Amino acid sequence: MISVQGLSKRYGQTQAIRDLSFSVNKGEVVGFLGANGAGKSTTMKILCGYLPADEGEATIAGFDVFTQSLKARSRIGYLPENVPLYPEMRVGEYLAYRAALKGVRANTLAEKVEDALELCGLTHVRRQLIGTLSKGYRQRVGLADALVNEPDILILDEPTIGLDPAQIREMRNLIKGLASRHTILLSSHILSEVEMTCSRVLILNKGHIVATGTPAELRERAGLPLTGSIRLEAMLPDAQAALTGIRRIAGVSSASALGSADGWTTFEIVPSEKDPRSALFEEAVKQGWKLRELSSRESTLEEIFTSVVSGGGSEGEGVTERPSKAKEGDKP
Amino acid sequence: MRIFWILWKREVASAFQTPMAWVILFFLMLITGFNFYAGVTVLNHGPTEVTVVESFFNTIFFWIPFLLLFPLLTMRTYSEEYRSGTVEPLMTAPVRDTQVVLAKFFGTLFLYVVLWLPTAIYFVIFWLQTRLTAAGATGAYLGAYFLLLLMGMFYLSLGCLCSSLTRHQVTAAVMSFAIVSLFFLTGLLTFLAGNVGSFMRGLTVTLSPIEQMTQFSRGIIDTRAVVWYLVMTALSLFLTLHSFQARRWRK
Repeated sequence: MISVQGLSKRYGQTQAIRDLSFSVNKGEVVGFLGANGAGKSTTMKILCGYLPADEGEATIAGFDVFTQSLKARSRIGYLPENVPLYPEMRVGEYLAYRAALKGVRANTLAEKVEDALELCGLTHVRRQLIGTLSKGYRQRVGLADALVNEPDILILDEPTIGLDPAQIREMRNLIKGLASRHTILLSSHILSEVEMTCSRVLILNKGHIVATGTPAELRERAGLPLTGSIRLEAMLPDAQAALTGIRRIAGVSSASALGSADGWTTFEIVPSEKDPRSALFEEAVKQGWKLRELSSRESTLEEIFTSVVSGGGSEGEGVTERPSKAKEGDKP
Repeated sequence: MRIFWILWKREVASAFQTPMAWVILFFLMLITGFNFYAGVTVLNHGPTEVTVVESFFNTIFFWIPFLLLFPLLTMRTYSEEYRSGTVEPLMTAPVRDTQVVLAKFFGTLFLYVVLWLPTAIYFVIFWLQTRLTAAGATGAYLGAYFLLLLMGMFYLSLGCLCSSLTRHQVTAAVMSFAIVSLFFLTGLLTFLAGNVGSFMRGLTVTLSPIEQMTQFSRGIIDTRAVVWYLVMTALSLFLTLHSFQARRWRK
């Protein structure tokens, strides 16, 4: 449905994207992952025909986004970042306007607007002025706008940015529900979000794709658990012996000692599927360690990122950048 | 054409959904009302050479609000879309640039016409009260309003052009006021450069709105003026289209 070949775009001195190639098949939900300024929005704007590319070509459902722009645009529902809307219009009125603009026939217009309102949970604010809506509702109006004409492809730029946790969950469920009917390309810089909603991930760094695959594949390649890691800090006599003991516990896939200060030693433990925290506590009790911290934290995008950029990781500690590994990884 | 009407409707609706159109309408009626009153008062003091229509459309009380109208009506057309970012959803919908440019122009033109229509009430009231016509002939009304429409088209298209160049409404307003005033005051150039040829003098007089209004408000239609305004409107809409398309290439 979406095909991108050798796309490049430069703003003055800054190279926004460079020789980008990827494709999205019908029915896929693809996540575009990258730090701010990685080129996600630029790519999406090019796909939607808003910006022209300097080089390369992109097609939407077989139509070139530049030379057959109108046909390509009519197949896309686009949710721009920050969702610009007309504040003086009412929700229902705005959606009816957008639907008409996108070529929805008059006899089905009311029905389609109704469907979009309902799907996005906007029925009770349909008569409200857009300018008075909260951020979460604005985001929903943007999404309703994107899907009001039932396009084949949805392009969603940071659909959950600026929402509170409850709203993020709602938005995520909404997107998951849409996945059965639309091909979706969404961007995010939050890893867990992409993992929950997307069947495939493209990681973008400094304007080009550094990794692509399912979340599981990426985890494997990065050597990093997407589930996160556990941190344990304790006062104990022999760090090396303790490490051996920890590695033997069920649910620990790897462990390393990060260092010690004032007699306190810090370990980083990568769990497998089973959560080993209670077992770790029991081990501490059994060995008579004085425990001061036992916590789990999620791997951040930056960690996956760094490890992907540096050419794949090693077990458990692939968090840090290691240039020697990078060279090995680059070899074909 | 369908898309054009949808866009046009939104332009017009948004003007009336915000207080702007109503505020402008209020003050325009206030000032032109005073202007009309002044014109009638002049008649009360004895015979004059001009009719009420001629004096109504050609005083400083008429021209000053007239000139202020253009920056006010056009400054937000494009600048507001750029600033709030709504140009992005707009231009990622299957919409042509020409459709947007024309819809915005005809949207403001419609607003402009709506703002001037109530002034016709003055002449109806004049007739009801005095049983005399305010002009020499019906053509005088038509001529005056026709020139108003022609000038409006050109000056509004200049305003749209200025708005399409910047994301700051105030910048757009200042630019359009300066450019519109420049065209408006062409008739005064002859006074500044005293020693110009008769061709230049003739040209500036032909293009001077004050001179044109003197003719049109007597019911005399000068086709040179008609052609001038139509051609210049088309030209400035053409430039607006290109400036609007240039958004893709800058940043």
